[in-house]
Amino acid sequence: MHLEKLGENMNELMLLNALELNGRQTVSDLADILNSDEVSVNKTIEKLKQDKIICGFHTIINWDKTCQEKVMAIIEVDATPEKEHGYDNVAKQIVQYPEVATLYLMSGKHEFTVIIKGRTMKEVATFVHEKLAPIHGVKGTITSFVLKPYKIEGVMLEEKTSEFNRLKVAA
Amino acid sequence: MIIYDKLNEVVKNTPKSGIRKFFDLANTMEGVVSLGVGEPDFATPWHIRSEAIYAIEKGNTFYTSNLGLLELRTEISKYLNRRFDVLYNPNSEIIVTSGASEGIDLVFRSLLNQGDEVIIITPSYVAYEPLVKLAGGTCVLVEAKVDNEFKLTKQMLLDAISDKTKILFLNYPSNPTGGVMSYEDYVEIVDIIKEKEIFVISDEIYAELTYDGKFCSIASFDEIKDQVILMSGYSKAYAMTGWRIGYLCANETLINAFLMIHQYSSMCASVIGQIAAVEASKNGDNAVIEMCESFHMRRNFIVNNLNRIGLKCFMPKGAFYVFPSIKETGLTSEQFCEQLLQQQKVAVVPGTAFGAAGEGFIRISYAYSIDEIKVALERIEEFLVNIKSV
Repeated sequence: MHLEKLGENMNELMLLNALELNGRQTVSDLADILNSDEVSVNKTIEKLKQDKIICGFHTIINWDKTCQEKVMAIIEVDATPEKEHGYDNVAKQIVQYPEVATLYLMSGKHEFTVIIKGRTMKEVATFVHEKLAPIHGVKGTITSFVLKPYKIEGVMLEEKTSEFNRLKVAA
Repeated sequence: MIIYDKLNEVVKNTPKSGIRKFFDLANTMEGVVSLGVGEPDFATPWHIRSEAIYAIEKGNTFYTSNLGLLELRTEISKYLNRRFDVLYNPNSEIIVTSGASEGIDLVFRSLLNQGDEVIIITPSYVAYEPLVKLAGGTCVLVEAKVDNEFKLTKQMLLDAISDKTKILFLNYPSNPTGGVMSYEDYVEIVDIIKEKEIFVISDEIYAELTYDGKFCSIASFDEIKDQVILMSGYSKAYAMTGWRIGYLCANETLINAFLMIHQYSSMCASVIGQIAAVEASKNGDNAVIEMCESFHMRRNFIVNNLNRIGLKCFMPKGAFYVFPSIKETGLTSEQFCEQLLQQQKVAVVPGTAFGAAGEGFIRISYAYSIDEIKVALERIEEFLVNIKSV
């Protein structure tokens, strides 16, 4: 329903695109980008938040470059479906843990992909075998630790600014 | 021997491009924020670059057919049909050129005899007028008006046509004005073009960058299709300026004439560029849509801000330029741009670089990130405040 509605209103789609590119864009800049006004932009953002189309704002951080130790693991989870609910009840339990950063139901060999964030490998490992694996409906887990991030959410972490300068003035 | 005296007379009499002069000045300065460039700020999409790299690795480094790879011409034909509803036979009605720029030169040299007239709507892209003169033609300049969003009207065309008119040159979406001709606008002039039996060269290089409506190609009017030479290329839509791949689509007799010159003067366009263009046509539609959306947002952003700080401009419907009036400042276009560059280190192009009709205007490119545009706008605003307080 929302998608149909959004399709009819290009402004909302453009607003979402602009925010996805830069979540810190000011309302006044967004109003200019959308050829609209600040009141309308604020109203639309509020509506999109209420409808859970805008679900939050994040900053992309390369933690490897800080003194803060962070560990991330991608866990493939096998699960058993329940009558009437499918995998929803298992998912509802998994998402409750703050260690779970992301959860997807997947096609393919495994039912879920879970992204876990922790401070140490031990912490993540403990979470997997003490919290995640015992959840009712979870049949098994495969844990892979992230060694180095190269690209997150479309942003290349090590990208150098172009060495090839454009001309300053050209036809 | 005085070498200069021995140069071709037309070359000697061709003035240095107004853009070139500005380029030289801007290049000597440090810390310049430029809104002066007529090319996308995106690098060519990776899948296109990757195909070109693969072609080099395989050793695909030979000449192609003079007309260009048949695979590319077939893709161009499909693309034009898919996007703009025009149909050209890839075997006989399309020639691939080294950028659309070579195409302009080929058409003028193939069609013009001494004294033939070419109607050019000004302000216009810098290359048209000199290339007409180099081919022995005479330019008839028609001044388009900002009040009419720099379009060509029926009356303007009627006033400009004479017995010597051979070509009407169109460029919509327009560099430098961003003006666009709609289907309804073309309907007004199609009958005249047919009746007067003149050719139309339609430089449609910015066709993909059309906002607020669908692009209309004048080649889609069947009654004059044989008189139309459609000119386009990969530079602007696919962010492929440096690859130099353009093309001409026209009646077979015309294509054979263009081929006559092209085969001797350039043999063929770069094979690597052609292979990259094949990939662009086959799999590049999504990238084009994304880049167009990005330009659309930047257009809105810059136009709203320019109007706010006092540089009045209409909302252009295409390309990636705005052409605001600077008449209220009391400065000429060149004075404005030189002072802006020297005082605030912002490079934009004087309207006069695009012909005398550009006096009182400047061309600002928004092929830059919103952050870059913002910095430039702040400096332009400060410049305007300083002018007023003098």
